[in-house]
Amino acid sequence: MQRTHNNRAWWLVLPVVIVVAFSAIIPMMTVVNYSVQDIFDPSTRFFVGTEWYREILRDERLHDSLIRQFIYSFAVLAIEIPLGIAVALSMPRKGAMVSLCMILLALPLLIPWNVVGTIWQIIGREDIGLYGWALGQLGIDYNYASNPADAWVTVLVMDVWHWTSLVALLCYSGLRAIPDVYYQAARIDRASPWAVFRYIQLPKLKSVLLIGIMLRFMDSFMIYTEPFVLTGGGPGTTTTFLSQTLTQMAIGQFDLGRAAAFSLIYFLIILLVSWLFYTAMTHQDSDDA
Amino acid sequence: MEWMAWTLPTTLFFAGIGIILLGMTAWQFATPTLSRQGFLPIATTRGDRLFIGLLSSGWLHLLWLGFTDQVLWIISVVCVVWMLLLMKWG
Repeated sequence: MQRTHNNRAWWLVLPVVIVVAFSAIIPMMTVVNYSVQDIFDPSTRFFVGTEWYREILRDERLHDSLIRQFIYSFAVLAIEIPLGIAVALSMPRKGAMVSLCMILLALPLLIPWNVVGTIWQIIGREDIGLYGWALGQLGIDYNYASNPADAWVTVLVMDVWHWTSLVALLCYSGLRAIPDVYYQAARIDRASPWAVFRYIQLPKLKSVLLIGIMLRFMDSFMIYTEPFVLTGGGPGTTTTFLSQTLTQMAIGQFDLGRAAAFSLIYFLIILLVSWLFYTAMTHQDSDDA
Repeated sequence: MEWMAWTLPTTLFFAGIGIILLGMTAWQFATPTLSRQGFLPIATTRGDRLFIGLLSSGWLHLLWLGFTDQVLWIISVVCVVWMLLLMKWG
């Protein structure tokens, strides 16, 4: 049992509470208000209760979008996490090459989302794009604009290109934090490289990996700009993810009440997953302590 | 505040949440919470249990709306009981 000390320190959080109130809480309250009304503007509205929620929760189009979103996020994690670990393990430990590697890895992270989409739109083209042209030369019939499988592969490759660096840099910092005595002990025991990875590096990477998995899950779950620029959600709706479906509903159809209900359900999914990760992290910290 | 498009049910909902948060804050200043383990698989403080209760209540309401056509107050009552159990023995 541990007693909480000096609750007056919470007053220091007040400035951020005020900022968050204006940037998040008040807009969120407005969304809740919208979600129970059929609303065109604040002066033209009708109370509908939970009707939008019932409709949204039974909407096949949204179920499909949600399934696509989960498949996409899990595919992103399944590729980026092992790849990021592998990149971090293969990076040099000291010397001038460390800086070079880190700069190269950081470069994709600095590119804005819409530019990434545009880059891959061009790279994927068979006539002028390196990726599309190379696949064409290998005899692969590739067209991300008309073939759903090609569109999925391109959207995934684009995400891997953009974000694996983040996982790699996190893992690299985790690896650098492992004291050398662990490696010395492993050498004395003549541990194999696999054993060093399995019993020293991987357990020590647990915290940064949890952060990496959480960041990548959240970000991929809310992805909008890159697939929107690259495929526009197509062909058909095969790469239309949740945020694009929401935008179509809110801005395209100006269906504000339904969109508000949808965004609150979306928010609850993100909140639940974030809380699960947060709990896993904090409880792991207390286990390690 | 007209732009926020308030309705009576949402006003009551947020007033309820606000009163709970203020009450919990006052309670925290009066008797700081202790982290302890109840029937939940993790050790929790009062605030943790409140958050878990609110989040799970939100999900229970969504499941109710998604899978049944029954009136909403039934699940609301279940959630109030659930939250009381959670705060006391969670």
